[in-house]
Amino acid sequence: MTPFAALFAAIDATTSTTAKVEAMRAYLASAPAADAAWAIYFLTGRRLTRLLSARAIGDWVSDATGVPGWLMQECYAVVGDGAEMAALVLDQMPVAPDAPLGLAAWLETRIQPLRGQPPERQRDAVLAWLRQLPRWERFTLLKLLTGELRVGVSQTLVVRAVAARAGLPVTTIAGRLAGAWTPTAAWFDALIGAEASADDLSRPYQFALASPLEPGRDTLEALQESLGSPSEWQVEWKWDGIRAQIVRRADTVALWSRGDEVLTDRFPEIRDAARTLPPGTVLDGEILAWHDDAPLPFAALQQRIARQQQIARVAKSVPVAFVAYDLLEQEGVDLRDRPLADRRQRLESLLRDVAAHPMAPAPVPDGRLPFDPPESGPVTQVLRASAQVAAGADTWETAAAARTQARRYGVEGLMLKRLASPYVGGRRRGDWWKWKIEPFTIDAVLIYAQPGSGKRASLLTDYTFGLWDGDELVPVAKAYSGLTNDEIAEMDRWIRRHTVERFGPVRHVEPVHVMELGFEAIARSTRHRSGVAVRFPRILRLRPDKRAADADTVATLRAMIRDQRAPAG
Amino acid sequence: MLTETPIGLYCAAGDFHIDPWGAAPRALITHAHGDHARAGSQAYLCADACLPLLRQRFGADVPVQGQPYGEPLTLGGVRVSFHPAGHILGSAQIRIEGDDGVWVLSGDYKRAADPTCAPFEPVRCDTFITESTFGLPIYRWDPAADVVADIVAWWHANRAQGLASLLFCYTIGKAQRLLAELAAITDDRVLVHGMVQPMTEVYRAAGVRMLPTETLVERPRGTSMAGELVLAPPSARGTPWMRRLGALSDGLTSGLMRVRGVRRQRSYDRGFVLSDHADWPALIDTVRETGATRVLTTHGHAEPLARHLADLGLDTGVLRTAWDDERGADDRE
Repeated sequence: MTPFAALFAAIDATTSTTAKVEAMRAYLASAPAADAAWAIYFLTGRRLTRLLSARAIGDWVSDATGVPGWLMQECYAVVGDGAEMAALVLDQMPVAPDAPLGLAAWLETRIQPLRGQPPERQRDAVLAWLRQLPRWERFTLLKLLTGELRVGVSQTLVVRAVAARAGLPVTTIAGRLAGAWTPTAAWFDALIGAEASADDLSRPYQFALASPLEPGRDTLEALQESLGSPSEWQVEWKWDGIRAQIVRRADTVALWSRGDEVLTDRFPEIRDAARTLPPGTVLDGEILAWHDDAPLPFAALQQRIARQQQIARVAKSVPVAFVAYDLLEQEGVDLRDRPLADRRQRLESLLRDVAAHPMAPAPVPDGRLPFDPPESGPVTQVLRASAQVAAGADTWETAAAARTQARRYGVEGLMLKRLASPYVGGRRRGDWWKWKIEPFTIDAVLIYAQPGSGKRASLLTDYTFGLWDGDELVPVAKAYSGLTNDEIAEMDRWIRRHTVERFGPVRHVEPVHVMELGFEAIARSTRHRSGVAVRFPRILRLRPDKRAADADTVATLRAMIRDQRAPAG
Repeated sequence: MLTETPIGLYCAAGDFHIDPWGAAPRALITHAHGDHARAGSQAYLCADACLPLLRQRFGADVPVQGQPYGEPLTLGGVRVSFHPAGHILGSAQIRIEGDDGVWVLSGDYKRAADPTCAPFEPVRCDTFITESTFGLPIYRWDPAADVVADIVAWWHANRAQGLASLLFCYTIGKAQRLLAELAAITDDRVLVHGMVQPMTEVYRAAGVRMLPTETLVERPRGTSMAGELVLAPPSARGTPWMRRLGALSDGLTSGLMRVRGVRRQRSYDRGFVLSDHADWPALIDTVRETGATRVLTTHGHAEPLARHLADLGLDTGVLRTAWDDERGADDRE
């Protein structure tokens, strides 16, 4: 634990990426393989499912230190992180060091066996461990227990560090780190080993990500200016589903989410359809709930995501499709360096061929015969090529017009991809742009504020906004982001001076500030006092020109639900 | 004895204000920091050791009178005396004795040893007004020697990599405390921002032993700053002044750095938890040592400290100041 906590501290103590990579390389070079495997697990942003709630730990720490619950809450408002707050409060407890134990042993023989134990056993074990550890290790342990350990490094930096440790190319390590794996000593040895392993077979490629087209850069003139003619671009809908890759190699099929989750068995109809693809095929695309040639709202797909059992039954009520937009590998050949135009042509002809002459499905492990039909009808309904929008247009006008129809088609806007571009993993600006639809907007009044968490602890940055219902302001949305640091600091000062009432860390403020909020979607809700729930609310800008009385009403918001349903145009 | 007025605490029986933030006829000053000593009053009274600091801040002709620590003075109907607060050079608690018993106003204070100033002396009283800048149990300081050792280790590691070490600290008190603590470990010269130097000279003239200092402008143009330790006020961060330093690692010395999120929000590489304020256990212990039955809290986390003291059976209250609404007020340390 000590070397890993020291690595976490070293990464935390610098903003230099070179220093972070060097700290990781040095750790990986000296740590036992099993510890190194777990370290990479956490460094790459993977987490243990939460073992204990920060609240339970807070209660135990409160009992053990005699700091009452209300005072713990005051501390939390300043620290903004339950595990760190507990570690700081625990500092009054002297440390009684125990024999050092490696990270893997901590996780495998102590932390994970805690799952499912009665709360008193968990409490006694956790408090006993905490007594043995110095401050930063207490903090690290608490982060592990609450499943919140986030180390401030990007995947790219971890890949660089592992590559430096292994003496292998960055691309090899990136490939081996993609997908799902179990952190074991053998896995780590294979990761840094020169030999290719069998697991490489089902791995996806690193996903290419798009950058948002900033407001102001999306006028017709600006598009022409910065992107050139639309004939150089592939324009598609921006689907509101789950980004995924189908990896079909040898006799395996794997469906991977962008979060490196294996979804193969969650979506049996996609799995079965994918079996009809020739081996050595990798598709990039989107999983969508789909009915009659149109996507269903994301909420429908959520029913499928949530479901771990009885998948077949839900599959009937919420059918899905895999809308493919790129072909990354064909006949076992990596196509990522070829231009998109070429990949797209191959994708279309591949899907046509599959529809006309489906491969006999490969044998399936659960004993069904290879010539059983797929569970949900023709392959063509499940595997689709993403439609092109405004193909062949000479100006951006056609695409812009299509974008205004996006809400009607249940998509989030448009994707613009340069036809000449290779497929590059990660977010590289220039070749992939997302051009989202304008959000819904309302002018709302700031009514409550409380401290943010993490970096924004001690600043009042979490705002609750209200809309008028008669002469009362009813809360409709909470929003955390959208202001500049200067604006945040100014609002923080104003809020402290204009607090009407305090409920613990929450401040009720004078209804003065009006801000424009944007959100993506809106639905009726019985859980909200306003009767309305908004999706992804965020602050678009301050409206110092408006008085509170000029803000919108709840009725305006409700009317937007109707607008959303009515076909646009 | 003391009442709250729009410009700060006022003692009617003695006809004086304490640390007023507006112009007062007679101002008693606990210490020379900007949120306690404001220009514009007609006459100032402070501890003897505070005199040179006030003159440095307000000019040599400021109407100020000094008083030795512990020696009482009669003002109107009350007896007033200054007692060391251990916060910075010349910092004082103010004891007032009158018909309402004995009141002590702590000003800012700390209990940890500091080579630059006289140590805090507990003073028995009926009513104690305590600061509460760090009035939460998350605030608990490591020994200064450990923190200074961390700073030196950081400095030397940066030197090995050819980086300058830019350490931000408040220019009155914290910078000089660092220079004095460092003098126990090294003899190296330290570079300072132009705003740090004048008060450092005042400390030196008062007999405080510190490392030799030099301002950046005294160094010839083009001299490399790699490997140097540089002290500067947080306000210098991001100014063109920093360009002369070249590649650097930066840090802030403040009790605020105890919280990781605060350090990360301000994106300092390192936060060194070294404070001139009392931490949570020191606040509680000090209240006990005064024997006060009534405690008023002010500055920072006044409400939670007052509530906690009330739970311990004391009569408590909260005093507001002009600085409470400024989050930046915690930076003044």
